[in-house]
Amino acid sequence: MQHAGGTPALHIRAILAKVPDPEIPAVSVVDLGIVREISADRVVITPTYTGCPATIAIEQSIRAALDANGFADVRIETTLSPPWSSDWISDEGREKLRAYGIAPPPRGAATASLKNQMAAECPQCGSSNTEELSRFGSTPCKALWRCKSCAEPFDRFKCH
Amino acid sequence: MDKIATYALRLGDDSLILGQRLGEWCGHAPALEVDLSLANVALDQVGQATHFLNLAGEIEGEGRDGDALAFRRDVMDFTNCLLVEQPNGDFAQTIARQFLFSHYQALLFEQMTAAKDTRFAAIAAKAAKEVAYHATLASDWVIRLGDGTEESKARMIAGFDWMWRFADELFLMDDVDVAAIAAGAGVDKAALRAAWDARIDTVLAEATLARPAPRRATTGGRAGRHSEHLGHLLSDMQFLQRAYPGATW
Repeated sequence: MQHAGGTPALHIRAILAKVPDPEIPAVSVVDLGIVREISADRVVITPTYTGCPATIAIEQSIRAALDANGFADVRIETTLSPPWSSDWISDEGREKLRAYGIAPPPRGAATASLKNQMAAECPQCGSSNTEELSRFGSTPCKALWRCKSCAEPFDRFKCH
Repeated sequence: MDKIATYALRLGDDSLILGQRLGEWCGHAPALEVDLSLANVALDQVGQATHFLNLAGEIEGEGRDGDALAFRRDVMDFTNCLLVEQPNGDFAQTIARQFLFSHYQALLFEQMTAAKDTRFAAIAAKAAKEVAYHATLASDWVIRLGDGTEESKARMIAGFDWMWRFADELFLMDDVDVAAIAAGAGVDKAALRAAWDARIDTVLAEATLARPAPRRATTGGRAGRHSEHLGHLLSDMQFLQRAYPGATW
């Protein structure tokens, strides 16, 4: 099969960069660091949380995108190890989250303590005068915060 | 089912039954934030159960997957500990159960992350990060209720009074554990007890609660001897597959 420009892996990466996360469509599955490996015959993905309901939808979206672009032969495999970390969200992904109204997670998730976590920056007004309302939010990957400067509640991507 | 498969089954059953119990709070919790929290913890537990039960089916090699094990077994085939099947009671009783279990699960998965059997280690490494949140949530609420009003304190004490008798079972070892350790998959649970005691005691002290008095342990879950509550839970959880065997969507 002939593909325009670059290697198949690069072509597949470009396709996946346009596959949105089903829960947070502002970012792609590549931005979130869910795609771990791409080669000519397989794509390896990893779930963010073990029980994330979006996991199946993500695999289906990737399958559909591959099929639609002539990569029906490419397998999708799932791996748990190493476990996904919010540190794998790309810089571009972080900016997209912020623009979408979700505070991106701080870097250094692997070493971060659950307590004493840094205050989130309000995605609306940029203030750091914020407080956590609930460590568990509307999806497994988000916590609920509130800005004390502009009074807006907002989601923060959990440090994980 | 061989011993390593049974070991995975027990881990899956603990998570599955606790996840199902916590799901009962959805839409009923005392505040929106609590509702979200308990639903999230439930989701993590069901996710962990999916991985462990799929692994149990894979090791067994008779074509059963996680769904088959979750929905097509009867009550005496379940191997979960008695603690997780206890009814939610009031919010304090739910928190007491979560607190005792999450600190056990946190220690268990921290250890299992280093297991030679990478199938167990991979699930544990992923689950350990989730369970750390559960343990923190439960500890925060034990402190808030214990060091709260007269009413909240009385309820927290009553919650522990019921749940405490099921804690010893978490650390019991039998031939399945010994085989799993020998195979590089399992964890010496008895060796986790001292660290668990220390974590529990630290939080109880901050919550101004006394450690419940020792009592005779209630055990039997690993051998399928359950309280009357589990059958009722399963009748709800397994309804669809019992009424419409093989249904999918």
